[in-house]
Amino acid sequence: MSPGRRLVLAVLTPGAILGLWFVLGAGLLYAALGEDERASVVAALAPLVDSHGMLVVLWWFLAAAGLGLLARRLHAAYVEAPARLADATRVLAGDAAGPDVTPQGSPGTRVLAEAVNALAGQRRALEQDMARLVADASRDVAVQRDQLAALMAELAQSVVVLNLEGRILLYNARARGLFRRLSPAPGGAGGAELIGLGRSIHAVIDRALIDHAREGIEARIARGDARASARFVTTTPLGHLIQVSLAPVRAGADQTAAINGFVLLLDDITEEYEAQSRQDRRWLDLSEASRASFASMQAALDMLDYPDLDPADRERFQAVVRDEVGAMSARLTALAATASQDMKTRWPLQDMLGADLVAAAAQRIAAETGRRVATDAVDGDIWLSVDSFALIKALAFLAARLVEAVGEPDLALRLAPAGGRAHLDLAWSGTGAPGRRLTGWQTSPMQAGDAPSPLSVRDVVERHGGELWLEHARDGAGACFRFLLPVAAGVAPEVPAPGESRPAYYDFDLFAASAQSRESDDQPLGEIAYTVFDTETTGLDPAGGDEILQIGATRIVNGRLLASECFDQLVDPERSIPEAGIAVHGIRPEMVRGKPRLAAVLPAFHAFAAETVLVGHNVAFDLRFLTLKADATGVRFDQPVLDTLLLGGVVHPGEDNHSLEAMAARLGVAVAGRHTALGDALATAEIFLKLLPLLRQRGILTLGQARAAAQTSYYARLRY
Amino acid sequence: MEPELIPEPGPAPHSSRVAKVLIADDEPNIVVSLEFMMKREGFDVRVARDGREALEAIRREHPCLVLLDATMPGMSGFDVCEAVRADADVCRTRIVMLTAKGRETDMARGVGAGADAYVTKPFSTRELVQKVKDMLARDTPAREASAGDAPA
Repeated sequence: MSPGRRLVLAVLTPGAILGLWFVLGAGLLYAALGEDERASVVAALAPLVDSHGMLVVLWWFLAAAGLGLLARRLHAAYVEAPARLADATRVLAGDAAGPDVTPQGSPGTRVLAEAVNALAGQRRALEQDMARLVADASRDVAVQRDQLAALMAELAQSVVVLNLEGRILLYNARARGLFRRLSPAPGGAGGAELIGLGRSIHAVIDRALIDHAREGIEARIARGDARASARFVTTTPLGHLIQVSLAPVRAGADQTAAINGFVLLLDDITEEYEAQSRQDRRWLDLSEASRASFASMQAALDMLDYPDLDPADRERFQAVVRDEVGAMSARLTALAATASQDMKTRWPLQDMLGADLVAAAAQRIAAETGRRVATDAVDGDIWLSVDSFALIKALAFLAARLVEAVGEPDLALRLAPAGGRAHLDLAWSGTGAPGRRLTGWQTSPMQAGDAPSPLSVRDVVERHGGELWLEHARDGAGACFRFLLPVAAGVAPEVPAPGESRPAYYDFDLFAASAQSRESDDQPLGEIAYTVFDTETTGLDPAGGDEILQIGATRIVNGRLLASECFDQLVDPERSIPEAGIAVHGIRPEMVRGKPRLAAVLPAFHAFAAETVLVGHNVAFDLRFLTLKADATGVRFDQPVLDTLLLGGVVHPGEDNHSLEAMAARLGVAVAGRHTALGDALATAEIFLKLLPLLRQRGILTLGQARAAAQTSYYARLRY
Repeated sequence: MEPELIPEPGPAPHSSRVAKVLIADDEPNIVVSLEFMMKREGFDVRVARDGREALEAIRREHPCLVLLDATMPGMSGFDVCEAVRADADVCRTRIVMLTAKGRETDMARGVGAGADAYVTKPFSTRELVQKVKDMLARDTPAREASAGDAPA
């Protein structure tokens, strides 16, 4: 019954009851009278009915109206007000931030309302406290996490953190660079098919190796070695040698806590190993060749000992000795040339702006000798390739020796280019000639400051493959120690591209990932790893000879768009590109010339999309291209697929335009780079992320439900 | 150092026949001295320039002893050694391996392949000659005995 009808009933009921009461009283009186009395009463009253009956009815009506008004008041106070209070209280119960209940109705109800408000106020305060605590804790965690991410980003080593399954939870920029070099794929994936959050490390490192290392660690932990770690070297498919150090990650700070993951430090030792091998090879070759040469010379010399040799024989044996001596000199010259190349790689030299090095050295000299160092003549454009620590130490040592020898020299540091190398001078001018007090300055151990070093200045110079001498000025006033140093090779040091947000490199929620099948329909949509992709093609008809021109893709892991893990590759279609299409995608023939063919790109994209669910907008179109090429390339995409176009139809059944632009506008997604494969893939990924909560509202929580809903969507019945 | 004079050799005392020696080395600079010296010592000298040629010469000429260089291009001295020991016709040939490979593993390999002696370069030619003579002297009675035992 509606509230309105209940109110009408409440107003009318008292009048009706009053009328009934009158009629019932009259009836009982009438029934109690005898026959004669009834007749006399009727006779007495009948004439009055016509003249005064209306009075009685009016009297009743007045009473009924009054009672009705009263009943309405009572209804409002005792029925409606509590009902409203109950409704408002229910709202408050559901949402602590809801409005307070308004006190109304009877005094009792008002008191009750105030009590409800007090209770709600307390609950609000409690929730705010909790929220503040949670926010504080989260902020602490986030700060720690960002510090960790920042720290890792700056580390000069490649770091990868794995969970127990071998899935990647975290990696740093250097690791990305390393995997880029290891990747056999053409440039587009740039190693992203190997390294990515949630990907398995076993694509690069054999599972057996990691398991073996793990067993070794566990055995050592069992023996009481709390800080066990393991090292091994593995070869990648491209023949790189990677040295891996593996250390366990524990669930808590406690050394006995369970291991729940691993930290890997990766080093590409290919070059060092090859240099070492070359060195060994050279050493062996030299020793064997020398033995052979010495044997020939020794034998020839033995022959020359015969007193009765005729001149022709004597000449022959002398020629042998001369020939072998020449051969050995040539061998040594060649060896020295190649060995000095490798010498440079053996000692790690960093690229450093020469002016920075000079400034640091000047500070150090000033601190150790108290002498100010002039740094006016420094070429600011020179990048040196140096071991800055050792070199600064050497300069400080020499400066200290000078101050001892000369007394009060005016010191200056100069830097100038010198034919592909650089001259770094520690110059001084002073009256006292240093003379003999500088003897041994090149070869004695450096005793500068309070830390004696086993190295001599000469060692430091040789470490750089450089040279050092003492040069006197033409006019006899002063001199300088002149270092001849290598300049940087002009190879840009590997730094992560700017704008890559560091936190994109980690996802610790993967620690909780379980080993259940990643393709099951029961997986919650929010926990699946997705590859969102788009293709640009020469036309619309793959069966009629149209080909893929470009593949772009990005990844979503644990509900986060990983814009830093992208796949972006132009493909040589091995056919002409129709003009009509160029207007749309803007890919001209000269852009795809020399690009890899689909047979090379598709396996890399397949690796990039491994173990994920594919997502695309109107994805059936792209899939037709991919499946048609499956036979030609031997690459099959058999993972589940979701289409944002169909899901758009599920969440907005009333809309009839589900184009990428229309959906982006509806969901508040900015589209950049429309009609480039990667631009569209990124837009599709953002749209998909916006669709997920809308699907949740409709009770679509798992992959299976999403696929079923898309199937029944109106658009699913259209023929592509 | 005083150069030591090597005494004039007379005719080889241990054998009525002239012993045939094969020198197998790809480096002419050592061959020239070894050949000169062995001839002066009264041996009948043959020279081979590589492994294949050496094996053919051994099978054709049946030398008593081979001075075999281990590191020749193509067929190495080790290969020649193994082939000789596997060939019943010439397996008793004495082999002195001369080599620039001085590691213990190389020596083990040379002896394993069947060399009677393993001489690391550089070596003293006088000692080498002494070694060769000793070997042939040890062999001669044995060979004569075996020749005597052989059915006529």
